[in-house]
Amino acid sequence: MALPPPDPQFVLRGTSAAVHTLHFSCGGPEPDTPLLFSGSENGFIHVWNLKTHRVDKALDGHGRKSVYCVETMGGKDRLLSQGRDQRICLWDLAEGRTSVTDSVFTEHVGFCRCSLLKVAQGRWLMAVAARSLEEVQILELPSKTSVCTLKPEVGAKLGMPMCLKLWQLNCGSQPVLLAGYEDGSVVLWNVSMGKALSQLVCHQEPVMSLDFDSEKARGISGSSEKVLSIWSLNEQQNLQVYKTHKLVSAGISDITIRPDKKILATAGWDHRIRIFGWKKLKPLAVLDYHTGTVHCVSFSDHSNPRERLLAAGSKDQRISVWSLYAQT
Amino acid sequence: VCFIPGGLDCSISFVSHVLGKVCIHGRQKEILGVLVPRLMDLTNSDCIWQRICWRLVECVPDRWMEAVVLGFVQGAPRADVLSRLLGNLVVKNKKAQFVVTQKMLLLQYGHATAVLQSLLGYLSLDSVRRTLLLRVLQELLETWSSNSAVKHSPPEQQLYISKAILICLSHLKKPEIESCRQELLTSMMVGVKCHLDSSLPQLRRLGMVVAESISLKINTEGPVLKFEYEEDNETRELKSLLVQTPPFCVVPSLPDDDRSEKADAALPLVPESNEKPHTAAAVMPDEELGAELDSDDDLIPYDMSEDKELKIKAPVYIRDCIEVLTGSGSEDLDKWEATIKALESLVRKNPAAVREVSVELAKILLHLEEKTCIEGFVELRQRAQVAVLTTDPIPVAKYLTSQFYSLNYSLRQRMDILDVLVLAAQELSCPKFHGKTKPSGAQKPCIQLLPGSDSSKDWRRIVDERIKSKTRRFVTGQSHVELASCPNEFNSVAGHFFFPLIQHFDRPLTTFDLLGEDHLVLGRLVHTLAILMYLAVNTVAVTAMGKALLEFVWALRFHTDSYVRQGLLSCISSLLLSVPAERILADMTEELLETQSWLGDVVEKDSDGDCRRLALQNLLLMENLKKKLEVLPS
Repeated sequence: MALPPPDPQFVLRGTSAAVHTLHFSCGGPEPDTPLLFSGSENGFIHVWNLKTHRVDKALDGHGRKSVYCVETMGGKDRLLSQGRDQRICLWDLAEGRTSVTDSVFTEHVGFCRCSLLKVAQGRWLMAVAARSLEEVQILELPSKTSVCTLKPEVGAKLGMPMCLKLWQLNCGSQPVLLAGYEDGSVVLWNVSMGKALSQLVCHQEPVMSLDFDSEKARGISGSSEKVLSIWSLNEQQNLQVYKTHKLVSAGISDITIRPDKKILATAGWDHRIRIFGWKKLKPLAVLDYHTGTVHCVSFSDHSNPRERLLAAGSKDQRISVWSLYAQT
Repeated sequence: VCFIPGGLDCSISFVSHVLGKVCIHGRQKEILGVLVPRLMDLTNSDCIWQRICWRLVECVPDRWMEAVVLGFVQGAPRADVLSRLLGNLVVKNKKAQFVVTQKMLLLQYGHATAVLQSLLGYLSLDSVRRTLLLRVLQELLETWSSNSAVKHSPPEQQLYISKAILICLSHLKKPEIESCRQELLTSMMVGVKCHLDSSLPQLRRLGMVVAESISLKINTEGPVLKFEYEEDNETRELKSLLVQTPPFCVVPSLPDDDRSEKADAALPLVPESNEKPHTAAAVMPDEELGAELDSDDDLIPYDMSEDKELKIKAPVYIRDCIEVLTGSGSEDLDKWEATIKALESLVRKNPAAVREVSVELAKILLHLEEKTCIEGFVELRQRAQVAVLTTDPIPVAKYLTSQFYSLNYSLRQRMDILDVLVLAAQELSCPKFHGKTKPSGAQKPCIQLLPGSDSSKDWRRIVDERIKSKTRRFVTGQSHVELASCPNEFNSVAGHFFFPLIQHFDRPLTTFDLLGEDHLVLGRLVHTLAILMYLAVNTVAVTAMGKALLEFVWALRFHTDSYVRQGLLSCISSLLLSVPAERILADMTEELLETQSWLGDVVEKDSDGDCRRLALQNLLLMENLKKKLEVLPS
């Protein structure tokens, strides 16, 4: 007899606006408080203290325009946020400060979240959707120099880039970008050469979100239709469809794979969070707590596996935090 | 007919006279049927024979020239043949010129497309004659773009002129188009406006196709005019005329099959270039070789039986629906959508509740605009409106008919009111038994119900069907399902639907003038009245309705729009079918006699074929009526 799905461990309220993005920072050594960063539609970034379940700080750097991406850059003292004011802001949060140290004006008016990859100590690569419709720009941070611009060939009709993921197989190898586009295809780009290595049409509708497991060379993408698509990367750097999974309702906003690659979570337009096993995409749980579209899901980076959490932010202005399959 | 060859100077004028006399007596086909093929062969390569032929036709006396030229044009299979046979006759002879450029193109319209092709091709083949071609095109365009021609000439003639214009356009070369570009443009603009104004869809389509073609010719680069219309055989045929394959030399023994080749337009085949670049899209087999250990087993799934598709609940009470539809709740569009979809069934299930708020609901539905993109929004709204109207007919009909004549509604809304009234009337007058509701043609219910287009025997069939459906049988011979009869609900409300619509038609408002520009709505109104009249059979008010309708028809009988006239004639049909014969005889004899003479006029003189047919129907119905009355003892 299967157990009924668990309730959230706790719920964070107080953003007073729909939550669009979440990012954990719990990996620090013991005296550090585990934190959760959330970006909302009213332009605020809230820093939640996961011990007291209260907001420690509220950052206002995007002119009250919706914040749709937050990432930390090596620790909780440096934060990157991307908003609908077409800017990416770099924050310095050390020692109680809350100041914007730098900003990049991307001129991108869409909703494509940027992707960060640490390539060396103090150096990151960031992939952002550029001003021109189909292009993705790779910038180096903190220098903000442009590494290259990835342009699809003329007549490819991919549409806007919808989601990006930069990764590299191991520390020394070439960084690669996976980009999901409006026409439903996922393209693998070689960043150093600026060329597309492979393109795969995964969906009939725009790709809303994707995530990739570099160890298994397999990735998963969700779209506005009822299908999840799992694809793999073979030795010739070609993308192939591995499997598809049909969902009950259409629309996935976000997909994320847990760092230990055992389970993955999807955020659905039907207000539900679904958990699957990553190996065989076995459906594990349907978490039905929210009363509005779930916009984002994120796994925590606790060093102690038993403390691992899953957080989901929704249009109903609440962030639910769950503890699931923490024992494995 | 044999000719003696060999360097003799013979006079052919005698032969011309004979030819002319034969043709004028109507024997063109016979004589030219023999003559033309022979001449065709002879003139194919031999110049002398060509000259002889030209002399032959030139010598035909003027009084017989027309018949001869007509015969030749119809008999010649292709333009180049005609050119060889007639030479520059059109330039030299005034009568021939008149026949070819005026009579056959503008005054007659019965000739086949192939004849048009050969005629216009003939004009285009010689540089001397090309000036005539341009002149012909100008005159054709003048006719095409004239407002009165569009309104009063029969559709067949307009089709003929459109074909001629397209063929002319296909023959014009670039420098010629450049020289008359301005005129082409102006006539196109004026002409397309007249055509789009018409109420008949066929004429609108004709105008659109011709305008598109003209625009294509004059704007070789840059944006071209493009209309949206349904393609059918006629439009495809017209478009194929625009492309001309050049006349090629034909082996003399095969005269006929190139005509069909020319008619097949040489449309360039668009290469199938829309295959996406095939990147590796092979699906890997599900079971990987080297089976993986199922290490997902240590993750135990939770209970997921509650997981179903998320359904937004529609409100259950009518008043809640009203709130959702009027509320400024623009946030909850999901609920709005669900309400729209559920509204019709809710209305039908809660008649008492609906009666309390019927007029308010009707008002909301009339003004409802599409907020999100729902499939079939227009039909959903219309069905909800019909449901409200049938649940509480009298107040809602009063509201709707008053709004029909009010200020500040769009033409679309006014026509929607008419459609809703018709559908509701149909529903109310049909006896309710399962499985027999007629499908609602959402676009034009009017056309489905009109009995006038059937043969005159059909009225009997319709009457019989109605009698059968409304009587109750005590003993069923075979195993029919016994049809329950029930009171005709339309009876008590027919007058409320009908009379307010007919009341104010001659009072123009600032934004709505039925007798003026808005003749499309007038046409629809007239058709609606015809249907309401038809459905009102056996109701108490039918005689009064009949009289009012007869007066209405009389006032409008000379209307210039043929769609309106068709509607008026269907009104007469409905009247003759619905009002009981005795009442017609008793109350409306004089009016009927006047109408009969008007109908006789329409049969003979009306330019529209459908009008003539409907008028004939009505006269037959009247005859049947008279016979029926004679049979009954007085």
